[in-house]
Order: sequence, then C-alpha cells, then structure tokens
Amino acid sequence: MPGSLDERLVRELSFPRERPWSLYDHPNLIRVASVLCFLTAWEIYGRRTDPLLLTYPTAVFWAAVQLIRSGELFRQLLVSLASLSVGFGASLLLGVGLGLAAGRSRLAEALLDPHINALYATPQVALTPLLMMWFGLGFSVKVVIVFLFAFFPILINTASGVKNVSGSMVEVGRAYMASEQQLLLKVVFPAALPFIMAGVRLAVGRALVGMIVAELFTAITGLGAMLTLYGNLFETAKMFVVIIVLGLLGVGLIQATQALERRMARWKETERAVS
Amino acid sequence: MLEVRHLSKVFFEQNDPQKPGLIALYDISLSVRRNEFVCLLGPSGCGKTTLIRIIAGLLPADRGEVLVNGNPVTSPGRDRCMVFQQFGLLPWRTVLGNVEFGLEIEGMGREERRDISRQYLELVGLKGFEDYYPHQISGGMQQRVGIARALSKKPDILLMDEPFGAVDAQTREQLQEELLKIWAKTDTTVIFVTHSIDESIYLSDRVVIMHSRPGRIKEEVAVELPRPRWEGDVKADPRFAQLRARVRESLRE
Repeated sequence: MPGSLDERLVRELSFPRERPWSLYDHPNLIRVASVLCFLTAWEIYGRRTDPLLLTYPTAVFWAAVQLIRSGELFRQLLVSLASLSVGFGASLLLGVGLGLAAGRSRLAEALLDPHINALYATPQVALTPLLMMWFGLGFSVKVVIVFLFAFFPILINTASGVKNVSGSMVEVGRAYMASEQQLLLKVVFPAALPFIMAGVRLAVGRALVGMIVAELFTAITGLGAMLTLYGNLFETAKMFVVIIVLGLLGVGLIQATQALERRMARWKETERAVS
Repeated sequence: MLEVRHLSKVFFEQNDPQKPGLIALYDISLSVRRNEFVCLLGPSGCGKTTLIRIIAGLLPADRGEVLVNGNPVTSPGRDRCMVFQQFGLLPWRTVLGNVEFGLEIEGMGREERRDISRQYLELVGLKGFEDYYPHQISGGMQQRVGIARALSKKPDILLMDEPFGAVDAQTREQLQEELLKIWAKTDTTVIFVTHSIDESIYLSDRVVIMHSRPGRIKEEVAVELPRPRWEGDVKADPRFAQLRARVRESLRE
C-alpha cells in the first residue's frame, strides 16, 4: 500500500498534522458575517428612508409571509414555471436538433445560417410587442418569448460543439462501419455534449429573463405581473419578495444544470482534474 | 488475401486550383498472403498512412484498386479493422465500453458483446481495468484497448497505423512482443505502418520500403528470422544486424 511508508515517515519526522486555527480556512464564516452586516446596514438605513422608495429586510420578511399565506406567491410561481418549462423544453429540443444538423451538414448550415444570424443579432426584446400582436397576452406568447430567448445559445453551442468534434473520432466511427445515425448518436453527440451543456446553462439564465420580460409586458399573470402590480401600488416590500424569489429560482436552476452537466460529462471533469 | 493494384492517390489544394496537387501515392502494387505480417516502412510523408487508410476504405483511391479476398474495397468493411496511432478511443466510454464499440455498431446484443469484449481485454492483459476511463490509464494500456477493440471483430486483416508511435520506448518493446504473441494465437493478417527500422524487422515477415515524393514502393525485404522472436534476443542475432543495414541502405538511397 502506498500510504504506509508515507505514514511512517510522517510520524518519524514528526510533521505536525494540525494547523493553527485561521479565519482563512473558514470562508463560509466570512460569507455569513458579510451577509449579516449587509442586512443590518440595510435594516437601519431602510427604516429611515421613505417606505415608497426603499423597504427593509424585516418588512420584506413579513410581506413574504403574507404572500405565502394567501397562496398568491405560489400560484403565480406555478404560472411562471409552466411557461418557462414549456418554452425552455421546446428550445432544448429544437436547439439541439437543428444544432446537430447545422454542425454535421454543410447544406443544413448554409440553409439555416442567414436566418439564425439575423434573428440572433436582433435583440429579442424588440420582437416582444410584435409577438404580443400575434400570440395575444396569454400562455402562448410567454412560451414563444421564453423559447426565443433560450433557443440561440443552445443552437449555436450545439452546432459549434459538433463542428469541434475531432475528425479522428469520426474516422474511428467510420472505420467501425457506423451508419450516419449511429455516428451521430454514439460518437458526435457524446463528444459534443460538454459544449451542448454549456449552451444549456447559458440558456437557462436567458429563459428566466425571457419569462420575466414576457410577464412584464403582458402583465396579467405570473411573477412578472406581480412585480408590475405591486410596483403600481407602491408596495415595495412585496416587490422585493418577488425579486428574491426570482433570484433564488435563477440560482436553483443554474445549480441544477451544473449538477446535470457534471453528471453527463463526468469523463471530461475527471480528465481535467487529472491532467 | 490482399491485393493492391497500380494504386495512385493525389491530394489537391482545396482553395487553390492553380497548384498542381501532391502525388501522395504513385503506382503502388502489393500483395499480401493470408496470415502474413507485413510492415510498411518509410519516412514521414511517404504516403504509408495514406496507403493504409485507402486499404481500410477510409479514403478513396484515384487510380488502381484494392482487393480483399477478390472483392474491391470501396468502404470500411468487417474484414478489416484499424488500430489508430492516437489510439482513437472514445473518452466518455469506459475501457469495456470502448472494446464493445465495434460489436455494438454491428448490432450485437449487450450480454454477448460484453462477454466477447471481456475475453479480448483478458487477451491483451487488461483484465480488471474494465471500468476505467481511457484518461485514467497509460498510453500503452490505451493502445491495448485499441487492439482489443479491433481484434474483437475477428478481422481477416488487422491494419495498424504506427500503433506504438505514441508510447515510450520500453512500453513499445513490451507491446511489440505482446502483439507477436497475440498474432500467433489468432490467425490474422497484419499490415503494420512504422518508421522504425528495428520495429519493422522484429515484427514482420516482410518489410515494404517506401520512398516519398512521390510515395512509391522502393523495395521489399523478406525477413527470415526464426519465430517465435520473443524468446532469446533476436535483435542480437547477426542476421538481424545484416537486415537492419540492408534496410537502412535502401531507405537512404
């Protein structure tokens, strides 16, 4: 066993195993302290400011309790999540599908290229009023906007990931007589997966932005609508509740994608750790 | 078994139609018997890799043809398997998964291909490494996986493109010896590309010496050293030294 000799030598030379306690070894302590300081300062400053403009942490807390008790927060969150997941799911399917096609076939690339570049370069927010004319103010317009926001990073990353798959890898597939479909599923897709997942991570953040943009514009249901509503009523504390929920949602979703990314691209992760 | 007839290959510059193009192979003819071990030896740029890729069916010939068992080669086939210089392993698959790859493409059932792959991993001395990923094992071990993957398909012809070029000298000698042992156990024909004179003599029945610009066959040298060659020190045999001198002379001209 490799450990035993090391262990004996450590004991023989009596290297100290313990390090003296240091603040540097406990970054979480520093983090908690930092957040507490910030909240205290906010509380003190916030209580002295006009409540129309700024609120303070304890007020936000009680507003949150109220919104959760009435069920409003949960109801609107579900509405938002529904459009988010449908729109994001569609962008995932289409983005990966078209990205594989564009990366693999020059014909598909030339066909898709001009449209994608034009649409991607246009700020998608600019399309929102038009989309509202086409799709109304309900569920469907939100899905379309979320889709448009999330679609491009997935598509573009998938296409460039596929193009970056090394020729020798594809050649291995061909040498073992893989059909084009097998090549795609068993060689190209797994090889491009780390790229695709990076695109998915970007897309999650943008999908969230798309969701809020859509709800702010349509202002009927969802978290974005809550923001508009309480903004108009000057209920600042309730606006903060919504903003914090959105922040947590963003963090949660991105963490979930990263976890998924690590799982799916485990070989890449360990490869990096080793070399 | 394998017949190469008047094969020529030219590469044109894609962006510049004015350039004359590079004659990678010029009028290559070669025939290989069943169960023979043939080395293609030559300097870089002599087209030996191009030749083996055409034989593998990965590259089309411009003139001439390649026949395997009398059938013309136009694409990769199950009668030929390739071992790659950079191993060509799929990094997201485990060692076992990589060996399975060829059989999986063929559509063989999971249990059956696992069994076969395990047998071949044992043959190349990698029993116990089934669940490792390629980057977790050494280069020499990675190439053993490559060899196991090729052998698992029981090819008539094993095509090896500088398979030991990317491993260190000691591992290389060890792999050479093991390759000879494996070859003795199976009855495959081997075409082996190398630029090492010693390697070509140690391994093969016949060394095909190639020259560059244009890539062509200069000479064929029969190696009549006794087999098995891993017993005793073949490289110390005076006949080995003679062959080495002869081959070196031929390469220099």
